[in-house]
Amino acid sequence: MRAEGGAAGRRTGNSETKFRAPPLASLPRRLAPADPRPATRFRPVCPALARTMSGSSSVTAMKKVVQQLRLEAGLNRVKVSQAAADLKQFCLQNAQHDPLLTGVSSSTNPFRPQKVCSFL
Amino acid sequence: MCDQTFLVNVFGSCDKCFKQRALRPVFKKSQQLSYCSVCAEIMATDGLHENETLATLKSEAESLKGKLEEERAKLHDVELHQVAERVEALGQFVMKTRRTLKGHGNKVLCMDWCKDKRRIVSSSQDGKVIVWDSFTTNKEHAVTMPCTWVMACAYAPSGCAIACGGLDNKCSVYPLTFDKNESMAAKKKSVAMHTNYLSACSFTNSDMQILTASGDGTCALWDVESGQLLQSFHGHGADVLCLDLAPSETGNTFVSGGCDKKSMVWDMRSGQCVQAFETHESDVNSVRYYPSGDAFASGSDDATCRLYDLRADREVAIYSKESIIFGASSVDFSLSGRLLFAGYNDYTINVWDVLKGARVSILFGHENRVSTLRVSPDGTAFCSGSWDHTLRVWA
Repeated sequence: MRAEGGAAGRRTGNSETKFRAPPLASLPRRLAPADPRPATRFRPVCPALARTMSGSSSVTAMKKVVQQLRLEAGLNRVKVSQAAADLKQFCLQNAQHDPLLTGVSSSTNPFRPQKVCSFL
Repeated sequence: MCDQTFLVNVFGSCDKCFKQRALRPVFKKSQQLSYCSVCAEIMATDGLHENETLATLKSEAESLKGKLEEERAKLHDVELHQVAERVEALGQFVMKTRRTLKGHGNKVLCMDWCKDKRRIVSSSQDGKVIVWDSFTTNKEHAVTMPCTWVMACAYAPSGCAIACGGLDNKCSVYPLTFDKNESMAAKKKSVAMHTNYLSACSFTNSDMQILTASGDGTCALWDVESGQLLQSFHGHGADVLCLDLAPSETGNTFVSGGCDKKSMVWDMRSGQCVQAFETHESDVNSVRYYPSGDAFASGSDDATCRLYDLRADREVAIYSKESIIFGASSVDFSLSGRLLFAGYNDYTINVWDVLKGARVSILFGHENRVSTLRVSPDGTAFCSGSWDHTLRVWA
């Protein structure tokens, strides 16, 4: 259906025209429809939540919020100093096993050698 | 193979009201009952007093929020970078583009590594999903999706299938076959159905289940074989843009980030939101768990990346600079968690020292915004995909 290859980025199929971006300079960044996501991002409430907000069920929705907050308030928390110390320890313990951190020589890193072996 | 049991949609008579409805399992003092969704909701609000008006509930919600803030603040006794002061600073990093994967006809939107550490699947705006061998840069498979803007793609843990989706609101699974006579598109299986675009997908520990996130504000867990919805996760107030599964083998949680500026941690079995974090000032584009599973990082349109610790239940570090004004689209950790790689909309990749909070390196090379970034499973390299139609493997 679509033409293979072709000039990069210049297709004009039907579903493309909706999202063809006008020159960005003429529009504030948020409104430039170069990405489908911004167009749908400004619904304030997701449909599932909107359904629960109607009329008498707003009380049930509020109850759910309170229930959720109670759950979160009841969590066992650890001090940041403890949590940070654990993160630091994890990093230091695993530092030797991290090839991107320690740098791996060309012979062991499969990506580093520029020449590629080919078996004939 | 999956050894967890999940609920499946069954129809029958509710144990409470005896009407014929779709049933959900409800646990009452460790006894399993089946309630319809109405009775389940009533059960969920059990434990609250009768005659609670909207006003009293709102004031209770406000006071609970205040209490939460207080609790979180009490534990904030020190900053992460202070704890890491004694740690040796990192030296100079030399990371270059080792492979450039060219072949997409339009913006690369998403990519994923295979567990064999060499294959990569990537998807792009032109509807093409390509499987590459990153060592040789050869294309091994290519599928054309019936929609454009394929915003999510994932490799199955076994390496035998890929999942992808986007504007078609679905997540489709394609088994990979090397047989020239078979067309991959013929074996396609439609797994997930959402009411808006698919923004992210990921296989769980097995090929049998997929977790998806969508622009309709929900995440969902699906069974691949039957296409059934196993669990859905409601709570985001706007489009969900990203998700990441907890790294442990027995992990039952995942984190998601959305346009409502929140990152939420979910329990996969119950569908409950366990923790929520709202400190970003704009859409959360990408979330990634720290390798130990106790923390996660998020990248956002507010040009910052933040580290949240799950046990301390708060944000513990911000990675930002005055000179960085473009949003971070994608983040990932190195194997030890010491380095955080973040791809930005200003075409660069910044490498941050997670403990000290400082930027270690900037990588230039892409000619348009970096849309996706993943570190390989063995940590020897990372791959970035960009709107300049290419993917680059850096090491």
